[in-house]
Amino acid sequence: MENLLEVRDLCKYFKTPRGKLHAVDHVDFAIKKGETLGVVGESGCGKSTLGRTLIRLTDADSGEIVFDGKDIMKLSGREMKKMRTQLQIIFQDPYASLDPRMNVLDLICEPMIIHKMLKNDTRRREHALELMDKVGLARRLASAYPHELDGGRRQRIGVARALALNPQFIVCDEPVSALDVSIQAQILNLLMDLQDDMGLTYLFITHDLSVVRHISDNIMVMYLGQCVELAPSDEIFDNPLHPYTKALLSAIPKADLSRRGDDRKIIRGEVSDPIEPKPGCRFSGRCAKCASQCLGKDIPLKEETPGHFVACTLYEQEEI
Amino acid sequence: MNKRKNKQLENLASRPQSGFREVWHRLKKNKPAMAGLIIIMIFILAAVFANQISDYEKDVIEQHISRRLLPPSTKHLFGTDGFGRDIFARVIFGARTSLFIAFSTTIVSCIAGGILGSLSAYYRKLDNIIMRIIDTIMCLPPMLFSLSIVAALGPGVRNLVIAVSVTMTPYFTRVVRASVLTIVDSDFVEAARSQGAGDFRIIAKHIIPNSLGPIIVQATMSVSFMIMLAASLSFIGLGVQPPTPEWGAMLSEGREFMRYSWNVVAFPGLAIVLSSLSLNLLGDGLRDALDPKLKD
Amino acid sequence: MEEKLLEIKNLEVHYITETADMKVVNGINLSLEHGETLGLVGETGAGKTTTALSILNLLPSRVGKIKGGQVLLEGKDLLKEDKEEIRQVRGERISMIFQDPMSSLNPVMRVGDQIAENLELHNREKRSKEDIENRVCEMLELVGIPSSRRNEYPHQFSGGMKQRVGIAMALACSPQLLIADEPTTALDVTIQSQVLTLMEDLKKKMGTSILLITHDLGVVAEICDSVAIMYAGELVERGSIYDIFEGKHHHPYTKGLFGSIPDLTAKRSRLTPIDGLMPDPADLPAGCKFHPRCKSCMEKCKIGAVPVYKNGSHKIQCHLMEKEEKDGWKIC
Repeated sequence: MENLLEVRDLCKYFKTPRGKLHAVDHVDFAIKKGETLGVVGESGCGKSTLGRTLIRLTDADSGEIVFDGKDIMKLSGREMKKMRTQLQIIFQDPYASLDPRMNVLDLICEPMIIHKMLKNDTRRREHALELMDKVGLARRLASAYPHELDGGRRQRIGVARALALNPQFIVCDEPVSALDVSIQAQILNLLMDLQDDMGLTYLFITHDLSVVRHISDNIMVMYLGQCVELAPSDEIFDNPLHPYTKALLSAIPKADLSRRGDDRKIIRGEVSDPIEPKPGCRFSGRCAKCASQCLGKDIPLKEETPGHFVACTLYEQEEI
Repeated sequence: MNKRKNKQLENLASRPQSGFREVWHRLKKNKPAMAGLIIIMIFILAAVFANQISDYEKDVIEQHISRRLLPPSTKHLFGTDGFGRDIFARVIFGARTSLFIAFSTTIVSCIAGGILGSLSAYYRKLDNIIMRIIDTIMCLPPMLFSLSIVAALGPGVRNLVIAVSVTMTPYFTRVVRASVLTIVDSDFVEAARSQGAGDFRIIAKHIIPNSLGPIIVQATMSVSFMIMLAASLSFIGLGVQPPTPEWGAMLSEGREFMRYSWNVVAFPGLAIVLSSLSLNLLGDGLRDALDPKLKD
Repeated sequence: MEEKLLEIKNLEVHYITETADMKVVNGINLSLEHGETLGLVGETGAGKTTTALSILNLLPSRVGKIKGGQVLLEGKDLLKEDKEEIRQVRGERISMIFQDPMSSLNPVMRVGDQIAENLELHNREKRSKEDIENRVCEMLELVGIPSSRRNEYPHQFSGGMKQRVGIAMALACSPQLLIADEPTTALDVTIQSQVLTLMEDLKKKMGTSILLITHDLGVVAEICDSVAIMYAGELVERGSIYDIFEGKHHHPYTKGLFGSIPDLTAKRSRLTPIDGLMPDPADLPAGCKFHPRCKSCMEKCKIGAVPVYKNGSHKIQCHLMEKEEKDGWKIC
């Protein structure tokens, strides 16, 4: 299977009065057509920024984003506009991501109007209604306004809107984090059904490891702008290598009594400053296994077992 | 979860209707605002149907020295002024003048301020330039500023409109800018951008319609202020020229007769007060109706 | 028999607005022992926060009305207390921490002063300024914040630390009951872990009872002793932690909740969510409030009150339990 998206050495920094904020720092990965890459990390790890730079909502400072063979970083404004039909995004907040003054049908038709898709309004409306069917929105809601609907239905509008242009690739930026557990499940199922049905490729951003296992083929763990581990889903869960990944997994409360009373392995401390970070492992301040070789120079991502990459000095010695 | 739950409750409580009907429903409940609306509607109707109510030439312009300074009676509802002209008729036609000036200056300032404010908020580089100019203008007291413009251009309705519009544009610019700034970073604007919408479409279709609330309130308050500003300028002779009836000018003319013919200043004065007050009440009510969250 | 710390009997709360009368809490019965941690579980709109606010009479005054029931704190009905007495209870005998650590701290007051404020308001022992200062330092250390930071402002702390400050404030007067409304939902999962561990430690050290409101069954599994599940303003299931997580029988809603949780061990399979949505509190269905979404709905579920069946400490409000008499289920 071909790589639909290849990202090489992507960097995004923000200028602050105190210095450069390293939001995304030298990130590399690839996603095959029809697959899902889950991007996991906690606040400040840069996953949202990464998602936005991939579709050029904000522009990265350096690196390459090769989509379907073309480096989209190099495209002009007009070319990029055409490319947008292929690259879409679903936002986290179902309340804020819909224009409160537009009804459901308008919201779904909007992208079609912008790209002059389908010859006239009638055809566009028909397509919008078909999309509503696809995402499970009752047709009678077509003239409803966002504030009249609950979070789950609003998020379905977001999904329908993202599908309007028949994209190949969708960035899902924490699409279920703001929803109740039972609605989360409905939307996750919907996303997976659509992927099977339409051959979509997803970048699924979340802070919730349990959600990402269901939907991802591969998972990338991010910490303070860097990728610390990248591996197939099963590998991440069955055989986590990076201390941060291990800590993340053990921090998730399980809905059964198996770990009750166990000493929780908690990571001490808080996330360190993303502004002008010193070279070396950014997790070192909180890592129980921190050693002198972890500081001073940046740790590159190395392939520990086929397909399983990790950036940690614990595994460097084992290199042949 | 708290925020979501409260939002859900709020949504369920407000019983869905489209934007405009919802606002009207809320406005109807505000008694002072409705009173304001009725009063200003009376003024507007009077201004529109002025010709049907009185004869312009006979009652407003012609001078009848024989019947000067008559007190209110059935023939002359508000009495007559120093030139024997019917005050009631002059107040009605004065409404036409005052309201015309107030509404036209509001529209001009609104559009100018709207454009400047949107550009300012959307393009940060322009922001500095535009806002510094606006800040400079706003340092000058509005009365003095419009005064100097009229003084430079000469008296008359057209110059009055120009002067007041230029004076009021900065206020609209600020309001629009603030309003737009709160929206410009919203997710739904980003969503529009992600779909490939250009700047113009985003501003026109997404940002402005969602910023209308504060703009409408400001516009309503402005009309009120402009009525007074126009009256003040005419009072000192720099606005509307005689014999065109204008409330402020009527106040000025009537000053010398104030002591024994109270009606000459009372009725024009009352007209100014009532029209401004009603617009203020309406503006307050609109502010509450457009954004009920502020009230709670 | 030892007196229960908190007993809620038949609590009914309505939100009354111009357009609708919303029945947010519909006759719930709940009790909490000294030193017990009860998890109140439910989704948005179930009525959990309203229940918590009702205990301390903190409902939004314009719309929130307590229509009936009792809230007994060691036997005394809080709903009948006057303003002055309730103020004594708040912060001193019952404290609350909220979901959003940002909004519960005053941004222009130093954190030490905010903790001290709580102590000054409830100064029965007539502590001196020095004593209060010492207690503030003690509380900060207890929650894992160096006491030297007491003169800093909230914006200088991260989300997790702000929540710790909130906990320090709530526990300053050693209350008997701590109500925690989704205290870790807004925090990263590693920080959540820290805060939960902290709460557990404090519980052991100070003997505080905790009413933990959450939608996360994982959190409940880790630190609660008993669980109550709320749906559309009613308690549909209640029991000890073992009843709920390892019991054989459950309310259909509870089964649905467990089925919606993404499982770390399963992969790429479809989840089994519950169809539909929680009902509109202004327009509740008759009979069992869950019946429109229930796969096992019977005719009798659609009308009339649903009896509560009991088996030891486990209570379930569902007609299906009628068939389980042989397992020990009897009408309560």
